[in-house]
Amino acid sequence: MGQGIMLSGSQDIDFMIHGVFSYELFGQTVWITTTHVCVLIVMLVIIAFCIAAGRTVKHASDVPGTFQNIAELVVEMLDNMIGGVMGKFSPKFRNYIGTIFIFILLSNISGLFGLRPPTADYGVTLALGIMTFSLIHFNKFKHQKVKGVIAGLCDPWPIWAPINVIGDVAVPISLSLRLFANVLSGTVMLALVYGLLSKIAIVWPAALHVYFDLFSGAIQTYVFCMLTMTYITDACTTEE
Amino acid sequence: MGEFNTNFILGCSAIGAGLAVIAGIGPGVGQGIAAGHAAAAVGRNPGAKSDVTSTMLLGQAVAETTGLYGLLIAMLLLFVKPLVP
Repeated sequence: MGQGIMLSGSQDIDFMIHGVFSYELFGQTVWITTTHVCVLIVMLVIIAFCIAAGRTVKHASDVPGTFQNIAELVVEMLDNMIGGVMGKFSPKFRNYIGTIFIFILLSNISGLFGLRPPTADYGVTLALGIMTFSLIHFNKFKHQKVKGVIAGLCDPWPIWAPINVIGDVAVPISLSLRLFANVLSGTVMLALVYGLLSKIAIVWPAALHVYFDLFSGAIQTYVFCMLTMTYITDACTTEE
Repeated sequence: MGEFNTNFILGCSAIGAGLAVIAGIGPGVGQGIAAGHAAAAVGRNPGAKSDVTSTMLLGQAVAETTGLYGLLIAMLLLFVKPLVP
């Protein structure tokens, strides 16, 4: 913190990423940070849920128990959402969209449990954006062939091509920055409340948690998956 | 020279961060317009309430992006301090 720029209490305000330990790799110092730890925790929770759900479905009964109901509800909800947007392309992308939906949702909600949300690190969201970007272009080349891609690039006239390229590159950047900035703004806001108002922050920050972690996190998850699905459907559709 | 220079740059960065957050005006107006039209649509056709609500939320979240860019610039100026030598 610069001297005086954060006024008083700058020691209490803490929303930065911290290094846990470092190691040398090919002459570079690489840090394991709190983001890695939080991603690991989120991953372990998802894996535990998946193993339990798989075991339950293997011994499924006609009258479902509580846990089987929950697992079926999650799968059915995701299937409906993806089928409604992607139509005939949905069976191929159900796995990917469902995975990133559950991962982003749990990452955003993890702020409730005292973790620093992994999605408030640009490294995580940029990776998600790049995955979407490569899926879009792989499917574009697969379905529209090289001729279709070139035709799409020179859409109104060939002179438009550089602007179309910029538009393509902007997709993953805006996708990842939107998710990152939303989660980061919630994290910063709650850190400021807990740091500067620590004397009177008793019960009412719970309302802020509901808005920033639950509502905003769920909306941004939905938006990320919705935009990914729209772009991929757009790339798969060929002009007949 | 050094001490004064750093403090001057920090002060200017704080002013710049404040100016960057003015970008929040645009999305605020845009989201209000979207919410108003959604309310009108629900009033005309109450049966489509859930569809209208989800479309409105999606559009608002996308419109929010420009405001968040301003927020990001402010964050960079205050905490990463790219201008301080």
